[in-house]
Amino acid sequence: MDFTFNEEQTLIQGQVEQFIQKEYDWETRQKLSNSDLGFGEKNWKTFAELGWLGISVSEDNGGFGGSAIETMLIMEEFGKGLVVEPFLETVVMSLGLLDRYGSDQQISDVMSEVINGKIHLALAYAEPQSRFNLSDVVTEAKKEGDNFIINGFKSVVMNGPVANKIIISARTSGKQMDKKGVSLFLVDSNTAGLTKTDYKTVDGRRASDINLENVTISNDSLIGSLDKGFGLLDEAIDRSILAISAEAVGAMEVLYKTTVEYTKTREQFGTPIGKFQVLQHRMVDMFMEYEQCKSLLYMATMKNEEGSLDAKKAISGLKYQVGKAGKFVGQQSVQLHGGMGVTDELNVGHYFKRLTTIGTIFGNADFHLKQYTSL
Amino acid sequence: MDLTFSNSDLSFRKEVVAFLEEEYPSDIKEKQDKRVPLEKEEIIRWQKILHGKGWFAINWPTEYSGYQDLSVTEKYILQEELANVNAPTMIPFGVGMCAPVIYSFGTDQQKEKYLPSILNSDVWWCQGYSEPGSGSDLASLKTKAETKDENYLVNGTKTWTTLAQHADWIFCLVRTETTEIKQEGISFLLIDMKTPGIEVKPIITIDGSHEVNMVYFDNVEVPKENLVGKEGQGWNIAKFLLAHERSGIAGIAALKRELRRLKDLSSDIQLGEGTLIDDPQFRSKIEETEIELTATEFTELRTLAAMSHGGSPGAESSILKIKGTELQQTISELFVEMLGYYAHPFYLENELGSNETVGPDYAAPVMPHYLNFRKVSIYGGSNEIQRNVISKAILGL
Repeated sequence: MDFTFNEEQTLIQGQVEQFIQKEYDWETRQKLSNSDLGFGEKNWKTFAELGWLGISVSEDNGGFGGSAIETMLIMEEFGKGLVVEPFLETVVMSLGLLDRYGSDQQISDVMSEVINGKIHLALAYAEPQSRFNLSDVVTEAKKEGDNFIINGFKSVVMNGPVANKIIISARTSGKQMDKKGVSLFLVDSNTAGLTKTDYKTVDGRRASDINLENVTISNDSLIGSLDKGFGLLDEAIDRSILAISAEAVGAMEVLYKTTVEYTKTREQFGTPIGKFQVLQHRMVDMFMEYEQCKSLLYMATMKNEEGSLDAKKAISGLKYQVGKAGKFVGQQSVQLHGGMGVTDELNVGHYFKRLTTIGTIFGNADFHLKQYTSL
Repeated sequence: MDLTFSNSDLSFRKEVVAFLEEEYPSDIKEKQDKRVPLEKEEIIRWQKILHGKGWFAINWPTEYSGYQDLSVTEKYILQEELANVNAPTMIPFGVGMCAPVIYSFGTDQQKEKYLPSILNSDVWWCQGYSEPGSGSDLASLKTKAETKDENYLVNGTKTWTTLAQHADWIFCLVRTETTEIKQEGISFLLIDMKTPGIEVKPIITIDGSHEVNMVYFDNVEVPKENLVGKEGQGWNIAKFLLAHERSGIAGIAALKRELRRLKDLSSDIQLGEGTLIDDPQFRSKIEETEIELTATEFTELRTLAAMSHGGSPGAESSILKIKGTELQQTISELFVEMLGYYAHPFYLENELGSNETVGPDYAAPVMPHYLNFRKVSIYGGSNEIQRNVISKAILGL
């Protein structure tokens, strides 16, 4: 049993921490989030230069061969800075999947471009009716000669607006809910018949709804084997849950600490409100929720990394806890900041909003409690 | 003890339903149904329609409203039917807050000057209570009103002033004297928003809306005749008013409508083989909320019944404030949960109702509503303060 990080991991954590402190003050973050692009192009280049974009990619495919621990550390720091750059979407969700299952052609097309910060990716897995069920896929891909023709609709595709290539789940056989018969395709976002409606999301990020009408792509766009995309997708989402949970842990740390500091300085009835026992206990609960999430995060990340049999159960347990704790910590941070907590000006409300979307993304607490029970 | 409605209650309900079918403007209804924020003109138009029927200032003594008096049950029926069609909620600052102070503490001249225009919704009032340094500890307020000839000279800052951007007048708590006991130096003052030296600055909230404001007073001259009650009586007036504010704060009828809507919408959302409402976890949250809501409804009815026999809403109104706001937050949260990913696309206030939205047509206002409702456990005396009130005033701790 060892909960310490190795030298390289400590180094990268320090690097990201320093980036947030030096380049990512609150005002800058808001400017980036409110810009047309929604994040900093320059920051993305920095990520590439520092090697963060390829850190968890295998060495065979041109990466640094890092583990999930590195991703966790990066995401936790990003959570503290409420970073809007789409590291989760491009790197964790999509690149990780291609690194493991992409064909040689796909890897040579995409890998170095992403690692060098030149292109973006997105993973389109949700549909209007699917809620959190990854195998509920109506979008259809039909084989025709050397091509597949895709028809359907993908909802709330995070990082959709800037993604040059999109991994799309589509049904190639079976019934609507069947796991077998789901296939994954790597599709250029400028392919004819693919239309995006782009929008801002409540956490200050960007997403798209994607309509697919007779989108014709060649056979070699298939990722992995036909009808067997579900397992690949499921694994990618598990890794993404670990990453987004790390982000949540970072965000919760900032929130509980900010709230504690605020209640030390805000005076009402002639005394700092942090002296009131009812608020002290509330903050103790916030702190404990954060610690509990962190414990499950470390546990689940290591289990997944080791390929442990109960890793999936651990990941659902983590996501349940993150959903529950994120809501509590977010809501109470707002409450304890009083009116200031609901202003757009203060960062607290924005952390709360991100924790709110994290609570839903990849399945909410109810969903993962059910998963946990079934595993 | 009797829960049944009398025949006259039933015919009153029919009258209300018929009135709403006839008089509720379709353009306002359309916006309300889409949950799009209303313009000032639309709110005023609707309040005038209600006033025309004698159903606007229903809590005023009839000598001031000129209305036919409604029984507690009739008021309950009226609120319920108004909520059923999702009619706009009245803006309380004039009719529900300032007016009761004026007819309870004001002079005859003040009653004559201010009440008719409130009744007609010709003058829009806002509330100048909180200050940057005075939230839960309202009595620590610092806005000063010093005597200068025939006037008060007002200096200070008010904050969280709801809809001050629309307001013609503001009622303020100001400090007329620095006293040992801070509550004793506070007075209740009416100020014309057009007076030189007043500046209103918007505060944008996390839902992206402009609802609240900062109001700055820089050497604002206010005639002494605008003082309500006596100098130093402001704190008692404020306490009287806060109890009034809290008793209407639960908004039970609207909550019942929203919970029904939640059930209806979630029965249409496909989930696996069934619909979302069949999901045991989601379902049990709805049921728990419904039970809590029913309990709160009857707590309110018991309070109202006691008031109609001459009681005044005291610390009991704190129960309604806490329970009502917790329910508002829970239900708005369940809407977010219901939507899943489609709660995330985000539009600003002025974009709502346009065709830009993605997802189900009811989706866009859901998240802003949830975010906006974080305020309800903070305003009107935070829920922590309300629990203090109950523990002191009812439990004697």
